[in-house]
Parts: sequence; C-alpha cells; structure tokens
Amino acid sequence: MALTRNADAVAPVRTSGPFSIWLARHASTAIASLGRLCRQPLSSLMIVLVIAVTLALPAAISIVVKNARSISGNWDNALDFSVFLQEGLSESEAAGLARLLEQRADVESVELVTADQALEEFKAASGFGAALDQLPGNPLPHTLVVRPGAGNTGATIELLQHEIENLPETALVQVDTAWVKRFHAILDIVRQAIAVGSVLLATAIVVIIGNTIRLDIENRRDEIEVTKLIGASNAFVRRPFLWTGFWYGLSGGLLALGLVWYGLYLLGGPVSRLAGLYQSNIAITSMSLAESAALVGGAVFLGLAGSWVTTARHMRRIEPR
Amino acid sequence: MIQLDNVTKRYPGGQEALAGLSLEVDKGEMVFVTGHSGAGKSTLLRLIALIERPTSGNVIVDGQNTRRVKRRLIPAYRRQIGMVFQDHKLLYDRPVADNVALPLIIAGLGHREASRRVRAALDQVGLLHKEKQRPETLSAGEQQRVGIARAIVTRPKLLIADEPTGNLDPDLSLEVMRIFRRFNEVGVTLLVASHDINLIDRLGCRRIELDEGRLQAEVEPWL
Repeated sequence: MALTRNADAVAPVRTSGPFSIWLARHASTAIASLGRLCRQPLSSLMIVLVIAVTLALPAAISIVVKNARSISGNWDNALDFSVFLQEGLSESEAAGLARLLEQRADVESVELVTADQALEEFKAASGFGAALDQLPGNPLPHTLVVRPGAGNTGATIELLQHEIENLPETALVQVDTAWVKRFHAILDIVRQAIAVGSVLLATAIVVIIGNTIRLDIENRRDEIEVTKLIGASNAFVRRPFLWTGFWYGLSGGLLALGLVWYGLYLLGGPVSRLAGLYQSNIAITSMSLAESAALVGGAVFLGLAGSWVTTARHMRRIEPR
Repeated sequence: MIQLDNVTKRYPGGQEALAGLSLEVDKGEMVFVTGHSGAGKSTLLRLIALIERPTSGNVIVDGQNTRRVKRRLIPAYRRQIGMVFQDHKLLYDRPVADNVALPLIIAGLGHREASRRVRAALDQVGLLHKEKQRPETLSAGEQQRVGIARAIVTRPKLLIADEPTGNLDPDLSLEVMRIFRRFNEVGVTLLVASHDINLIDRLGCRRIELDEGRLQAEVEPWL
C-alpha cells in the first residue's frame, strides 16, 4: 500500500502515443466489437442476413441482365437481313447487285440465293415437294442475304437497311432485328430500374444498420456516459460503434456474394442443358473479381456510413449528467 | 489550484444551486465541502469537472478558466482531473483491471505501459489481488477503491470526489479517507464533498460549509 513503491506510477501520463499504439488500440477495439456481435449470434445474424439479401437481390438481377445482353449481343451480330429482289430480275443482274453491295464498307458479305435454290431449299425443308412441283413456275424471287459489318451500330444498320430498301431492284427488306432492339430496350429499362432500386436498397441498409447501432448505443448509454466523464472524446466513444458497422457491412457483403455465387451455381446446370439443346455454347458469366470486390466494398461502405450517421447524431447528445 | 470567483449557477426553472460563491483551494491542499443535501456541493464539483458551466462568475482550475474551455476540448480538460463518485460509476461488463485501465486507454497509452500503471494504482488501494475479478463480485468498499484507483491511475494533480463514502460504513469510510490522505501527502490536491462531519474532523483538514449555495463557514484545520 506504500504510495511510493512503484516509481513509474508517479510519472505523468502522455496523452498521445506513437502510431503503432494507435493501431494496436484500433485492432483491439475492432476485435472487441466483433466479440460483442458474436455474443449475440442470433440478432447479429438476422441483421447480416437482411443486409445480404438486400445486396444480393440487385447484384443477381444485374448479372442476369448482363448475361441476357451478351447472349442477345451474339444474335445481333449474326443478324442478316434478307433482301427480296423485284420479280423479273435476271440472275446475273442479281449477282451484279450482290457484288456491288459487297463493296460497301458497312457490309461484311452478301450471299445470293437464286430463286431456284430458294425453291429447292423450300421443297426440302417444308415437305411440300410434290405440291410445289405442280406449280407452273417458280413463285420465289432472287434473294440477297446481307450481313452487316461488325463495326455497325444500331443506327448505321438502320441506314444501310434504308438505302437497300430504296434501290430500284429491291422489292422488300426483311429485318429480324426489331425484336432484339425491343429486347435491348427492355434490358435498358431493367438496368435503369436496378440503378434506382439499388439506391433505395442502399438507403435501406444505411437505415437498418443505423437503427441497430442506435439501439446498441441506447443499451450502452451508461458506459458511454462514464467513459465521457473520465475524459473520453466523442471520437473515442464512437470507435467501437463504427467497427460494429464495419463488421455488419463486411459480413453482409460476404454473405451476399456467397448467395449470388450459390445462385449462379444452381443455374449452371439448367443453362448448360438449355445450351446443349440449342447446340450453342452459352455459359453464364459470373461476377468478375472487381465486381465481387465492389459488392463487398460497397457493403462495408454502407455499414460504416450507417454507423457514422447514427453515432454522429447520438454521441454528442449523450453527456454525463 | 481551484479558484471560484463570485460563481452563480441557476438551473432552468429559477432554482439557484450556487449564489455568488467565491472560494480558493491551494495546490497540495486537501479540502472538504460539507453542507446538507441541496446546499450546492455536487454543483460545485460538477462545475469543476465541466459537466456544467456557471451561469455567471468564473471557475479557474489549475490556471484554466473553464469558461474558455471549448466543448471540443472538454475531454482533454477532464483527463487532467481525477474523479471519484458516490456510486463508483464502474463498468460492470469488464474486470477490475480493465476498469482502472480505461483512462490510460483513452489517453492512448501502450498496452504494456498501461498494465504496469494499472497494477501500481491497484496496489496503492490494496486491490492488486483482485485485478481479474468483476466489479460486482467486490464489496461496496472495494468497488469504491477500484473507482479511486481509476481516478489516480493517470496521476492527476487534482482529485475531486463527490460523497465518496456515502454508501460505506464508518470503518470503510475511514479507510477510503486514509487513502485520500496518502495521495494528498504526495502532492495531489483534493476536493472532497461529504456530509460526514465526524469523519472529517478526525482527518484535520480545512472544511468549507455551504448552505443554499452560499459559503456558510470555513473551518481551518487543527493540524
């Protein structure tokens, strides 16, 4: 009990330590906050789950949209248009026109399907062979199958189509891209909706985390008061709550990532079966590493934002009485 | 060390806790503030701890006018003062050693240095063997000694205590006061609010008696 037994107890306390001490204190606060969450596993898990589902939803939809775009994008490139030529045009005239069109920069290739070839194909494909033989002549015109060059955009393809339509030799241009355009327009709307929805959901996450931390602050009100009474700054009492927000965000983000990956894994089988049926090599593009990092990073940011907003409001209000 | 200059504290509703109080506590002094409840003892300590600010007049602590301490700097100001409370104000979710370490952690001390000081402080109040226990397993007197250890672990020049023996029986009260006396002997200035005049008289310190926020009497020490 002798007061002077321990000499260094008499030396005054320095109020700030080196960076390594600051770092060590942060680490121990972080671990303490994590421990606090783990001691109430059920309620922590609920909040993490809410965050995860809220994040996984827009992430999953945007992956679906991305895949739908890339698949339909392939179709878009392969889309040729059929130019039905005027009746009475000779085969050599048709071939000449084909060569002429092929020289255009925005055209990759032109294939001439003569009336006779078309009839043969139709006979073979339709099964009406015998009936068609009864026809006095060939009712089909010569056809050019025009494949636009890869450098085209929607607008230039439309222009090309327009110019071909206006050629005197053309009877009809049939384009099958109209539905692809509509489909893309729908995808654009969905993407826009995801963007708007994501903002709303992000706000929801900030509110959820903020509210949870507000309850946490209320529960630890006495502790905060005592700590402030013996000289803790707002920043000091705030620190554990910011770490709580960080942990909520991180675990919610990681769980969301897991949910999305698991969902894609479940979709993988049916998609490859479908691709097999179409003899196509469609495969789902998963989230890239950067996208995954953005998802988790965004979740951490939202967690910190939620706790930051709440603690900023409440820490100043709680003062020793 | 402490200087009050015509200090008035009026609470909303017009109730006057301190009415033009002036007093002075020198460096190294140990002074008791007495008076029945509502006399303004607690308010005096709260003004010194900057939990409240005076309505008028100046409170000057260690050369600092509390009026000029900005809100942002109150934590740093409080760190210079050790505070002991009637209800101990310990944190019951952590062991004794962590309670005592709290001011050092707030001050940003390293772990090793902090635990050495914590042990020194607990040793001084005779509770080193209970450092790993939870506060609720300790008796009221022991809890108060933990509170004292926490107040002195940063080696403040000034220690203020509000009814530190209010919940203790006479023997434990005397023990707590003796601990205070020992700190005073190594140069710590103490201002202790108490109503236990019998006990105070045995210690032989200056006593300031308040009544309705005014200085009623000053009893000089007999030592």
